[in-house]
Amino acid sequence: MSQDTLFDKVWDLHKVSSLPGGSDQIFIGLHLIHEVTSPQAFGALKDKNLKVKFPNRTVATVDHIVPTDNQSRPFKDNLAEQMIDTLEKNCLKHKIKFFNIGSGNQGIVHVVAPELGLTQPGMTIACGDSHTSTHGAFGSIAFGIGTSQVRDVLATQTIAMNKLKVRQIWCEKKLSYGVYAKDLVLHIIKELGVKAGVGFAYEFAGPAIDELSIEERMTICNMSIEGGARCGYVNPDEKTFSYIKNKLCAPKNKHWDEALSWWKSLKSDENSVYDDLVKFDASKVEPTVTWGITPGQSVGINQKIPLLNELSQNDQFLAQEAYEYMGFKPGQSIKDTPVDVCFIGSCTNGRISDLRVAAKVLKDKKVSKKVTAFVVPGSEKVAIEAKKEGLDNIFKDSGFQWREPGCSMCLAMNSDKLKGNQVSASSSNRNFKGRQGSPSGRTLLMSPAMVAVAAINGKVSDIREFLNK
Amino acid sequence: MKSEFTTPIGKISQISGKCISLIGDDIDTDRIIPARFLKCINFDSLGKSVFEDDRENLKGRHPFDLKENKNASILIVNSNFGCGSSREHAPQALMRWGIKAIIGESFAEIFYSNCIAIGIPCFTLPRKPIQDLQRHNNAKSLFLEIDLKNSLAKSKDLNLNLEIKKSTRKMFLTGEWDATSTLLENENLIDNKLNDLPYLKFNSQFS
Repeated sequence: MSQDTLFDKVWDLHKVSSLPGGSDQIFIGLHLIHEVTSPQAFGALKDKNLKVKFPNRTVATVDHIVPTDNQSRPFKDNLAEQMIDTLEKNCLKHKIKFFNIGSGNQGIVHVVAPELGLTQPGMTIACGDSHTSTHGAFGSIAFGIGTSQVRDVLATQTIAMNKLKVRQIWCEKKLSYGVYAKDLVLHIIKELGVKAGVGFAYEFAGPAIDELSIEERMTICNMSIEGGARCGYVNPDEKTFSYIKNKLCAPKNKHWDEALSWWKSLKSDENSVYDDLVKFDASKVEPTVTWGITPGQSVGINQKIPLLNELSQNDQFLAQEAYEYMGFKPGQSIKDTPVDVCFIGSCTNGRISDLRVAAKVLKDKKVSKKVTAFVVPGSEKVAIEAKKEGLDNIFKDSGFQWREPGCSMCLAMNSDKLKGNQVSASSSNRNFKGRQGSPSGRTLLMSPAMVAVAAINGKVSDIREFLNK
Repeated sequence: MKSEFTTPIGKISQISGKCISLIGDDIDTDRIIPARFLKCINFDSLGKSVFEDDRENLKGRHPFDLKENKNASILIVNSNFGCGSSREHAPQALMRWGIKAIIGESFAEIFYSNCIAIGIPCFTLPRKPIQDLQRHNNAKSLFLEIDLKNSLAKSKDLNLNLEIKKSTRKMFLTGEWDATSTLLENENLIDNKLNDLPYLKFNSQFS
């Protein structure tokens, strides 16, 4: 059993009771909602004649279903319109703060909460979305929940949950040039597997993590769930505090000083006990690309897609399914794979720093004529900042389409979808069968810089060769 | 989807029904219910769309389309079932198709807690026994009677000791899986916690 880790401390602080069944009742400090997983929860409240207990502990935005081309209302898609309309009505009725389209603060929920300063160290954060783990980058304990648990948080501000074990993932040294946080997390998932994290919270630590910016740490924590871990976090440090400072909802003046002194006390102790400990050498990580149908099926850019006999017996069945679905031959190189669509965006890599990296690659370059490329800023704030820096023009001049903020083709709930068995180079988080909107569509996950260079070359390429030119 | 569908309520201690095997590790919730079906404000019509793309692909040969699996209610799966997106729409779709319990090698975390929250017990068995069970079911249709109190599954020629977390089993036996009312019983403690948390004092926009 873990002891004195940040996870233990935050868990204990938020524990309301031990439930008769054996799980813990945990107070949720910040509850985030969106249009997809909340309507049924509000419906259940109505059925049970319950109220929202603490409306000011819940914040809403709209992200999954929003169109990224024309956002004027009513939306062309009736069902999408019905969903945003339902959210608007529910928020109004229950007095929940809603950052709607055009507010200047709408966007992907996991981009919005950090940039508003809502996400803070030491909080428990829950949202009906598995990528809630993102917020752990600030030293909060954040996890995805289902709709019934959204109902419970609305009604009680608590959920019933079994305490997780804690695995420390220690990353030595630092990432080499042309290798990004996305590559590191893909590498970790490849090595540990997509189910290793079940039952665990992942604490990311070590010199390589310390070195990362807060937005890079968000990319890492975001994909904890792809490694099976419902929650991932980094102990807060000076970078965390300065990221939050002066944000719209950040504590101000005297409250800032109080917050800071509390936050500084929040970290895993030197001699804390972990349930498990694994180590990685970050300097050995290469630009990493997925070749299969789970985020764990990836290779370094200069490696070959594994042969069946190079894989453990348990992984072979799925590998065979992946070769067939993706149309790859075992032993084939991932480099030079032609791509049809390039997508930059999502809660994994749709932040301003991601757009900056990609724009730097695309400046004065043209996207291959064979490729459809588009960039979807993670939020209205990201879009505004990007325009201020002229990044939108760099993207447009290169041949990228510049879109409005939303989840877009990460999960294709709007009209941004792959067609047929198109291959997409995507900065998102899941390469599941059919994930990007076509039942036979194929997704290659990679960093935004790698997506940008794939767009220019029309094929999967090594960003380091491009940077060294 | 069955027209007589009703959501489970109260104590759950016995489940019996025909088994349906679905083979494969890491079956994610996008496959169980593709994202386009999440455009809804209730769960009612999800049952018919469960595994839509996989079924389309297999043109009638998907387990959820096979005649012999009609009216099955106990799903047998392999490892890390339900990984990926937290969408409760996935277990809701399975439940509305007719699934009342799942036996697998392992389950993804959020999927597992979603199943508890809507009244679908998930049991585990090691890899080999699961594979044997799937083979057995595919050879001749298996009808299981699950006794949750003793974690036993019985058929005419089989006796299985299923594994389920003690706390989870208790939740089904007592009806506590439907958590809202249990949580609300501690209303005073919740209010105290709100006053105790250090960060609510310095987050003025919240109070």
